[in-house]
Amino acid sequence: MPLVGVRGVSKVFANGVQALADVSLDVQAGEFLSVLGPSGCGKSTLLRLIAGLIQPSGGTIESSASKAELGFVFQEPTLMPWATALANTALPLKLRGVAQGEREARAAEALGNVGLKGFERTWPRELSGGMKMRVSIARALVTEPRLLLMDEPFAALDEITRHRLNADLLELWQRSQVTVVFVTHSVFESVFLSQRIAVMAARPGRVLSELSIAAPYPRSESFRTSAEYAAWCRQASARLGEAMAA
Amino acid sequence: MSARIIAPVVLGVLMLGLWEAAVRAAGIPPYILPGPILVARTLVADWGTLAPSLLVTIEITVEALIAAVVVGGLLAVLFSLSRWIELSLFPYAIILQVTPIVAIAPLIIVWANNVTLSLLICAWLVAFFPILSNTILGLRSVDPNLLSLFELYGAGRWRTLIDLRLPSALPYFLGGLRISGGLALIGAVVAEFVAGTGGDASGLAYRILESGYQLKIPRMFAALALISATGIVIFLLLTLLSHLLLRHWHESAVAPEG
Repeated sequence: MPLVGVRGVSKVFANGVQALADVSLDVQAGEFLSVLGPSGCGKSTLLRLIAGLIQPSGGTIESSASKAELGFVFQEPTLMPWATALANTALPLKLRGVAQGEREARAAEALGNVGLKGFERTWPRELSGGMKMRVSIARALVTEPRLLLMDEPFAALDEITRHRLNADLLELWQRSQVTVVFVTHSVFESVFLSQRIAVMAARPGRVLSELSIAAPYPRSESFRTSAEYAAWCRQASARLGEAMAA
Repeated sequence: MSARIIAPVVLGVLMLGLWEAAVRAAGIPPYILPGPILVARTLVADWGTLAPSLLVTIEITVEALIAAVVVGGLLAVLFSLSRWIELSLFPYAIILQVTPIVAIAPLIIVWANNVTLSLLICAWLVAFFPILSNTILGLRSVDPNLLSLFELYGAGRWRTLIDLRLPSALPYFLGGLRISGGLALIGAVVAEFVAGTGGDASGLAYRILESGYQLKIPRMFAALALISATGIVIFLLLTLLSHLLLRHWHESAVAPEG
């Protein structure tokens, strides 16, 4: 049984725009799934539907991960500027009523896991874009979620930072066994990260094809320059090309 | 000392010097235009009369400002919690704001039947609107993704208000507070002009009226200088408060690098 089952889901917004039409997609427990598609294809909408932040207009979404077992990372770091890195990371625990001592200890640990040990008392404005995103990921992981939803989290970062964060994210995923649904418009990023890619087409948004990336983990920086990686990227590009033409 | 302090001080001293020189050279009598030195002397000589009036004006201003913060802030929160309350009340808040205080001050003085209280009400009326409208703007200017996050983690309305909306609104509130600080002083002075009553508990505005009747023009200038100084001190204190509260995180309070 999949962790999340999206069955024939459509979403029409109040302004009449059809964001999604008849989308079906399974998310298996423990997998790293990327949702790849051009901008405007409803990738983010799909993610928000899975998170339960919005309701589908048609179809059903079955999830055995409850709302309390979700983590969400937005395209922007979305930190509270008036709170330190530690307080930002501890926010989900605070909102769930975890006592201050415990939540600070757990938040400090989560910051350590994303490579930000020693930055607990730092204010968001003092952090670089990549470090802010690390805090955002630490905040999403601090509750030890079963399902981590990521909405183009690295799209606004420079390439060097993005590659570092890609590698670190894979390491976190392998260590924590969390299920990841990763929305991206980058073929290269989706191939590097995922076990499986769902390719979406736009207007209306729908899943056109799925592609399994059979390359083994751990995937290091040398994988990025390998012929195998290039071959997978060529395949994924072709699928994306079909989706754009559809 | 930075240019920010030196430049206005140099200009001010220069202008005062020019003023003094002009008054002396043209032989203008003090009951038309006193020179700054005479004004300063009068300030010292009449301190016994002016100081209690200064205290009265400051007291009314500060009390009106506190009332404006409490009522403006609470109303803003109430409006953000209930769309219906906002729709029903906000137009009246605007009516209060656009009605000239000089026009309704006589009514308030008649109704309140107590000079201090009526002055307080007038000053409050002028001061509360910037706090109200700025705080409403701030409470609405919340990052929608952060709102989604609060929803995702099951935060209720109350938690979202305390931990998200209020901190988001703080810079806007403080901006409104700085405007209201000056307005509270103006409101207090204008209302006292309208009231025009003397006695023990009369503020600087009454001293100005009184000096006008008695042709004690230097004292009038001295009282005027005290009102300006009060306004400047209020502004500086509120700016300092804003800086202290926002220095770690808000762009407006962060010193430019380098």
